[in-house]
Amino acid sequence: MSDLTALTAKQAVDAAATGDLDPRELFQAYRAKAAADPLNAYTWVADETPEYDSAQGALPLGGVPLAVKDLFCTEGVPSQSGSRILEGYLPPYTASVVAQLHAAGAPLLAKTNQDEFAMGSSNENSGFGPALNPWDTTRVPGGSSGGSAAAVAAGSAPWALGTDTGGSVRQPAALTGIVGLKPTYGSVSRYGMIAFASSLDQAGPLTRDVTDAALLYSYMTGRDPMDSTSLQHPEAIALPTGDRLDGITLGVPEELTGEGIEPGVYAQFEASLKLAESLGAKIERVALPHNSYGISAYYVIAPAEASSNLARFDGVRYGQRVEADDLVSMYTRTRHDGFGDEVKRRIMLGTYALSSGYYDAYYGKAQRVRTKIADDYRNAFASVDLIVTPTAPSVAWELGAKSDDPLSMYLEDLFTVPISLAGLPAISIPNGLSEGLPTGLQIAGPAFSENRVLSAAYALEQAIGFDATPGRI
Amino acid sequence: MIDREQVLHVARLSRLELSDDEVGRMATELSSVLGHIEKIGELDLDGVAPTSHVVEVENALRPDVATPCLPREVALAQAPAVQDDGFLVPSPQAGGES
Repeated sequence: MSDLTALTAKQAVDAAATGDLDPRELFQAYRAKAAADPLNAYTWVADETPEYDSAQGALPLGGVPLAVKDLFCTEGVPSQSGSRILEGYLPPYTASVVAQLHAAGAPLLAKTNQDEFAMGSSNENSGFGPALNPWDTTRVPGGSSGGSAAAVAAGSAPWALGTDTGGSVRQPAALTGIVGLKPTYGSVSRYGMIAFASSLDQAGPLTRDVTDAALLYSYMTGRDPMDSTSLQHPEAIALPTGDRLDGITLGVPEELTGEGIEPGVYAQFEASLKLAESLGAKIERVALPHNSYGISAYYVIAPAEASSNLARFDGVRYGQRVEADDLVSMYTRTRHDGFGDEVKRRIMLGTYALSSGYYDAYYGKAQRVRTKIADDYRNAFASVDLIVTPTAPSVAWELGAKSDDPLSMYLEDLFTVPISLAGLPAISIPNGLSEGLPTGLQIAGPAFSENRVLSAAYALEQAIGFDATPGRI
Repeated sequence: MIDREQVLHVARLSRLELSDDEVGRMATELSSVLGHIEKIGELDLDGVAPTSHVVEVENALRPDVATPCLPREVALAQAPAVQDDGFLVPSPQAGGES
């Protein structure tokens, strides 16, 4: 085989199973590419090929290597969550989902760059410099799983793990022209993920196509005794095959009219609705009256949880310390020097929202809005099978374009955040180009409907036929 | 909407030292975000139950069986300072000995 890295992960798995591909050679080919990556997509790359035994090719994931977002703990391998406060941190254990995928035959290739503690939509908040978009290196790859997305889009990794709290798998997938799946909350163990907002964080695959996403996800699910919020998925995850959407009703939110969305992005969205109809789908408008309050509720709930989760970074047990004469000064200086601006902002916001006198006005209210949003989706899914939107309102923007205005960055997550608050599964698939840059189509379903989401995504993927790659647009 | 004094109060609660410049910027930026968040004040939420966890899980209990935890030397290996098999921190008293 000439270029092993041209294969999708599924193709490589199949070739390894028949003995046509040596997983050792595949690992070496990707290792060389990742080590030479010009996009700052990686924070660590394996320096040697792991020991493959002869049975590796026969494992379900065939020895196809995996890139993993920095925030997953990996034993003895730097796991810094994009933060200087954890620079050089070597965890004593491995995150459950990474261990599970390793056991299924996907060895660790590299760790990927991300926004610090997963707080951001551009990867510019990384303590280790921004990852760049392979479609145009003056632009952001999206975030927070920007390194994973850039790596897969550029072909230096066959597939990657990211995490999604308010859109951090789906949005970078959209901005780099790849597939990203945010699973139902609870279907993947969070044990060993350095926590941002515990009631929202969920690991998900970033892949070149829908089949690879289904394959990787099918080995990620399962109840983990180490995460008491994890659940057994009620269905086995199947590889999608059908190319029709007969009998499927797709819901489009009533308030989605093109306002606030780049015209080129909206045009691609409308074109894909027509394609869906030609595949047999019915399109209906659905009411999601509280969707527009999603960002407000999210920017109370997520920072509140973060302010509590990030209290552990105090210079005592791990990570960096700034020395001081007394304990409190050591804490406050360590946190001043170790955290970046966005992380400080969110800790402050969350602490404020939880503080005496403000708790009910902010956190209490936001949790009630969350109930309303979840109810809206439950009602909507009584009349439609899936809900579709653009994944993000714009294509990838120039580095620095939104850095001075945190609020404008937050509003990028308009379509992804409400689904996260409701805990539902959603996928982003490439939906053509606007001004030469990728756009994404988001498909969301009821809790634990990943098979339905993946099937529709697969049918639309075939119909859209996105085959542009960075560098040969 | 949020002034310097409130910023300093919240920074103390957050165990976060802020430079003078950061205090000013934080006041402006937090006010802008809180302004957007105020939008939820429009909603009538009386009688709506709060959601803290979105997927229904009953109490997740496990058998009360002792299992091994990290060996002490492994747990201490990443600490910035260690003494006598424990984490070493400065004195809680200002100017005190560690």
